[in-house]
Amino acid sequence: MQVQSMHFKRRASEKLDDALLQSNMKKAKGKFVDGRAKAVAEFGPWEELRSHCAALRDRVIANLDAYLVEFERNATRRGAVVHWAETAEEACAIVADIATKNGVRTVTKSKSMVSEEIALNDRLEAAGIRVVETDLGEYILQLAHEPPSHIVAPAVHKSKEQVADLFQEAHDRPRNTDIPALTREAREALRDDFLNADMGISGANFIIAETGTTLTVTNEGNADMVTTVPRIHCVVTGVEKVIGTLEDFASLIRLLPRSAIGQTITNYLTLTTGTKMPGDVDGPEQMHIVLVDAGRTKLVGSDLEPMLRCIRCGACMNHCPVYQNVGGHAYGWVYPGPMGSVLTPAYVGLENAGDLPNAATFCGECAVACPVKIPLPDLMRKLREQQFDRRLRPWGERAAISMWSFAVTRPGLYAFLSRWGARVASWIGGREKLIHKLPGLDGWTKGRDMPAPAGRTFRDLYREGGR
Amino acid sequence: MKVGLFVTCLVDLSRPSIGFATLRLLKHYGCEVVVPETQTCCGQPGYNSGARDVARTLARKVLAEFRGCDYVVAPSGSCSGQLKHATVHDLFIGEPDHAEFVALSERWFELSDFLVNVLKVQEVPGRVNGSVTYHDSCSGLRELGVKMQPRYLLQMAGAGIAEMEGAERCCGFGGTFSVKLGEISTRMCENKCEAARASGAGTIVGGDLGCLLNIEGRLRRTGDHATRVAHFAELIAGGEG
Repeated sequence: MQVQSMHFKRRASEKLDDALLQSNMKKAKGKFVDGRAKAVAEFGPWEELRSHCAALRDRVIANLDAYLVEFERNATRRGAVVHWAETAEEACAIVADIATKNGVRTVTKSKSMVSEEIALNDRLEAAGIRVVETDLGEYILQLAHEPPSHIVAPAVHKSKEQVADLFQEAHDRPRNTDIPALTREAREALRDDFLNADMGISGANFIIAETGTTLTVTNEGNADMVTTVPRIHCVVTGVEKVIGTLEDFASLIRLLPRSAIGQTITNYLTLTTGTKMPGDVDGPEQMHIVLVDAGRTKLVGSDLEPMLRCIRCGACMNHCPVYQNVGGHAYGWVYPGPMGSVLTPAYVGLENAGDLPNAATFCGECAVACPVKIPLPDLMRKLREQQFDRRLRPWGERAAISMWSFAVTRPGLYAFLSRWGARVASWIGGREKLIHKLPGLDGWTKGRDMPAPAGRTFRDLYREGGR
Repeated sequence: MKVGLFVTCLVDLSRPSIGFATLRLLKHYGCEVVVPETQTCCGQPGYNSGARDVARTLARKVLAEFRGCDYVVAPSGSCSGQLKHATVHDLFIGEPDHAEFVALSERWFELSDFLVNVLKVQEVPGRVNGSVTYHDSCSGLRELGVKMQPRYLLQMAGAGIAEMEGAERCCGFGGTFSVKLGEISTRMCENKCEAARASGAGTIVGGDLGCLLNIEGRLRRTGDHATRVAHFAELIAGGEG
């Protein structure tokens, strides 16, 4: 997917003016946030589970090579072929090659953010292969020719009316805005492809080292169809998704759906281990697992390493007041919200996503909501430090920090400047005691007044009042 | 008990009345208050802009200024978070003076937390008529656990608390964020103002001047000159004298 993150500010501004998006986002917010709060409250030892799972993920990341080799060994033993892709291009080439060699004409896909990241659909379509997204949200977006705006609920920015319009055009049926009816319509439209596709592509929420299993969490059961019916099953996922054991998975799956949408358990857990064996009633003849690096292993040992714990639940964005107001598309790449504000600069370069680490008030809601305790504000601050050190912020901003640093570390000068600053600003504020415009502070004064200072600093008044 | 008052740069520059209210409160409860004259800023604007060095320099400056105080109190959760949390958990890890910052952190309190949990006050000098709504500032709430403390104090002053929906949601201030991403900041603030207005309270109260300037600025710009915006210290400290 082409990176647009350098345009965050402009795109966010457009989204703030998009009344339909604003109304759609408002509806979704309550469902996610309240749902999670209820599920967490009912669970009980939530903090213990968070700590346990954070430690479990850290252990994997510290020994990533060993876990991956163990995964490869066990997956291979069960008849799967494991492919290693260092870059997005390599990953696409591997999948396209598998498809072409096997004469694949139609691919069904269950939701995979990694496939969005590497722009797999474009690559396959360029090779003349028909790609059908089968996750309902992704299916809607494929019809709309849009990227996802959320990692769990990709079409969260769309209303049912917008979906009805898309379906009416695509399915050549009377327009319908009843959600169960729309779902049925999509199911019927997808049925032929589910049954006749040559290859199924899925992502993986986790891959399990001890068994060589890849695992997908869905609410629609579409991953069952995609991984079981076609003669070839191809998994595309990130190397950091590996975990040790089924037992580890049992812990993580208690976190994931609760954090994502407040569900105690997801509707479907699709565990796929190897190819169809003698005596199996179904399953693919070939299973390929493409493990994608694309910048992940670079984070191991870096300041941003805790980001690799991420289990892609979306809780950080659901709780982010910035995301809630601008939606996922403003972020300009695959991963929005706080996790995206760390991952996007890490994967596509800080110089291409400079506003993202700054698109946070550091309110801390994301860090509290994160099921694996990723200190997201701290990681965004680390990226700001890199920007500062590499002089990547606009010169005006850098000059302001330099001048501020100079003044605050010199108490005499600071007292002088604040004394006159307070007086002048108070005078500008006038009788209303409000400043409507202030050079350099347009970002503030465009939508807000600045309440004017009282006129004398505390320092001066205190000194005069005696001790 | 010798208590150092960390005024905060915003209070010093913009609303000295909050500093004096804090001073009156501390004296009211019998504290001996010292106000180091060389104090400037806690360093958070630098820290959150990626300028770690100046954040460290300022933290060391604060450490030196308040040496010898039994406690340090600030009428801000945000600045308190910087010197209770960021120093200990990030800026001075592995530095020779880390232990000193740990000790400072243990002595440092946000004002409402100090009054309720250290002094355990049972009355306040000020009186508040009617109901107020309280905006929980992010750092105080999530880094320091300041939630019920200011509400207890306001209730001691006779105020009713009319909770707004999403009292814990950020007002959009975020320091430099409010200027760098002003449009998003303004929208977040507008959401806060709407929620506060819907509470029916005529006064919005908070414990961090940054948030209060932000909220007041938006109210005034949108033509609301009636809703009062105040720091809890001003309300519970009562008048001069």
